[in-house]
Amino acid sequence: MSNDHVIKVEGLTKMFGDFTAVNAITFEVEKGEIFGFLGANGAGKTTAMKMLIGISTPTSGKANVAGFDVFTNAEDIKKNIGYMSQKFALYDDLTVKENITFFGGIYGLSRKEIKEKSAVLIEELELEKAANKLVGSLPLGWKQKLSFSVSLLHDPKIVFLDEPTGGVDPITRRQFWEMIYKAANQGTTVFVTTHYMDEAEYCDRVSIMVNGTIEALDTPKKLKERFKTDTMNDVFLKLARG
Amino acid sequence: MSITVSNISKSYKTVKALQHISFNVKEGELFGLIGPDGAGKTTLFRILTTLLIADEGTATVTGFEVVSEYKQIRNSVGYMPGKFSLYQDLTVEENLEFFATIFGTTIEENYDLIKDIYVQIAPFKDRRAGKLSGGMKQKLALCCALIHKPKVLFLDEPTTGVDPVSRKEFWEMLKRLQQKGITILVSTPYMDEAALCDRIALIQDGKILEIDTPNAIIKHYPKQIYNVRANNMYQLITSLNAYEHSHSVYPFGEYVHYTDKRTDFSPEDLLRYLESRKLSEIEIEKTQTTIEDTFMELAK
Repeated sequence: MSNDHVIKVEGLTKMFGDFTAVNAITFEVEKGEIFGFLGANGAGKTTAMKMLIGISTPTSGKANVAGFDVFTNAEDIKKNIGYMSQKFALYDDLTVKENITFFGGIYGLSRKEIKEKSAVLIEELELEKAANKLVGSLPLGWKQKLSFSVSLLHDPKIVFLDEPTGGVDPITRRQFWEMIYKAANQGTTVFVTTHYMDEAEYCDRVSIMVNGTIEALDTPKKLKERFKTDTMNDVFLKLARG
Repeated sequence: MSITVSNISKSYKTVKALQHISFNVKEGELFGLIGPDGAGKTTLFRILTTLLIADEGTATVTGFEVVSEYKQIRNSVGYMPGKFSLYQDLTVEENLEFFATIFGTTIEENYDLIKDIYVQIAPFKDRRAGKLSGGMKQKLALCCALIHKPKVLFLDEPTTGVDPVSRKEFWEMLKRLQQKGITILVSTPYMDEAALCDRIALIQDGKILEIDTPNAIIKHYPKQIYNVRANNMYQLITSLNAYEHSHSVYPFGEYVHYTDKRTDFSPEDLLRYLESRKLSEIEIEKTQTTIEDTFMELAK
């Protein structure tokens, strides 16, 4: 594996009985890249992502994530990646600090590391006043930003974001994307799924899945040129509607 | 007027969900409430569909007052809540029949209205609602909200979490329903859907920021927006934020939308500044305002 490819997938396939959910997909993601992973509901995105994060064993093909093989070293993958989803983010009944401590512990950080990281993180997010408040009482946008920071606590090589900004107000969404750019700038690879096609335009490259296969993979600019449209939304509609 | 809302406020303990909201929706209009989660959209829907009583203010729907004449309203409106609220253990057909019966009608009587939508889910009519895909559930919920031929249709975030293809189909369905004379009040967090409405209200933190046609709202934007890009996005954003003349800096896809405080802004100045910050491949060009730019400027 080249040093610059933190995700390398070749002919990756997942079948459920006779149904091929993911059909021989092949792609690579570079270090520090923001990679958008798009597809209609039921196109196979979630199944593909589950294989990449080591919680679903592929039927066939090859995949190497953060330097580890998905077939043989799934546990190592889990330790070297961060994961954030809108559906499951943080514990509402724990305070901001308690959440950080809990996830820090899960990721195997020492007490000292947790204490240090927690102080930096709270300062960066300007959450000093809310540090001892229950996460459930925070506005959605704050939760999302906190959740993203928590997924980076253990300095993972790759962070997987599963529809991270649904329903968030436009200003907070942009603050969230600034955080993503910052992480990518520091060398963290960002793998993001989203239904917001305008959000796809923030990515360095995007792939679009249709019926289990990757139908397009390029920079947003080139995809728009190729499909002769102004927006990723139109690219998506042309591809998914055939 | 199909819907009138006058000075409505509602609080939950310490949270002011709605603060002095007023607007009207004309008969046959497709009116959009555009705002993020927590803006108060659902609270407003619940007040207008007579499921919740406001702390102050008055509202009417199809001429009836939401508190004293709630029964008449319930018979003449359709409501599709944001959360899937059909019976998961009933089949597609059973759900539809149930809602028709409740409203004293039959599927046959108003089949015309739902036909276009129902034919798409008819192949699954014996499947339990809980086992449908997201797009199918949405279509069934819409059929159930329409089966008694309502004058006004309330749709609370019908396209949230739905992929772009289904979203587009859904808006095409709404346009067809509007042509049949139904007034539609729809809420959405997707700013790009605003352009599909006749008029919109931008709402955040329980307050309406602006009400007008999408075009007029864009025209009210006070500044010229520039698309800026460079070789490194993060350094570009940091540099623009640090620029003494910057008014607003928002990432917008491949570009950053930039506005300047000065009225005599020259892109050359900005170019030189960005070059001094070691950025390269810099592009600066005028761009058109979007609803989202307006929303952010108003919410600032």
